Amino acid sequence: MTGAVAERNVALVDLLDRLIEGGVVLSGDLTLAIADVDLVRISLRALICPIGPRREPTPPGRQP
Amino acid sequence: VTAPRYVYAVGRALDPAGLGGLAGIDGAEVHQIAHRDVGAVVSAAPPDEAALRARLGRLDELAAVAEAHHAVVAAVATRTVVAPFQLATIYQDEGGVRDLLRDRYDDFRALLDRLSGTVELGVKLYVDETPPAQPPPAPGGSGRDYLKRLSHKHRRRDEQWHEAAAAAERIDTALGASALGRSHHRPQPAQLSGAPGHNILNAAYLVATDRLTEFTALARRLTANEPALRVEVTGPWAPYSFTDPDRP
Repeated sequence: MTGAVAERNVALVDLLDRLIEGGVVLSGDLTLAIADVDLVRISLRALICPIGPRREPTPPGRQP
Repeated sequence: VTAPRYVYAVGRALDPAGLGGLAGIDGAEVHQIAHRDVGAVVSAAPPDEAALRARLGRLDELAAVAEAHHAVVAAVATRTVVAPFQLATIYQDEGGVRDLLRDRYDDFRALLDRLSGTVELGVKLYVDETPPAQPPPAPGGSGRDYLKRLSHKHRRRDEQWHEAAAAAERIDTALGASALGRSHHRPQPAQLSGAPGHNILNAAYLVATDRLTEFTALARRLTANEPALRVEVTGPWAPYSFTDPDRP
């Protein structure tokens, strides 16, 4: 895969899908693991929802 | 004295010089712990585990940790085949990581063989929903007529939804058939993604690196045939969604 996966900016939500729902998950000599995925999701949602409704994108040709 | 280690990924062991200067969580220097030809990519873990736990519950800190983890994985993935680890996987010390590599060597070798020469592509399908209209004042019409029109509208929306879901399934099946692996993530709530419309499919496909362009074009072509759906392709990613070492 050399060269195919470049470092670049990615959407946080896509990254968290992969880093929390995906990735090698092991037990053993761990001191910390994201055992409870939902906990992180719930705190994420709680953090984001109070911002309020998403602004609709401005339709083309009607720039403010 | 224990020195906890944050594990980013395992990969085919690298020339240690290949990791020179790479910085991970909180700027910690990244290094490799190798066992035979398999290496774990690690750094010192943040010393205060309780503080790290608290940080993962705060969006800005969670984002910083996730991006640091991803930056290391993406950098290593340009040099060798990797199997990324889940966010915030921390071992007590280097010995714990060495034990892991020794105990699971065969599994990691098989996993890395399977992932060699592949990348992950994300495919998200969206349905553009028109939000339900505010009930208009019904001049002249009876309440019953209004309810009838309303339920007809609801029925149409349900039908459109089912058609879109069936189309998404067809696309997912076709893409899965031309990929080496398929994995489904939960659809993303619009509040998290900020994307317009409703995310009806959030899938990842494992694709041979030399078929990347072809596969992306296939995803776009299949979606172009379905007027109800919009596609967003992300990646190429390191194979985050295909790392189960227990899978054959």
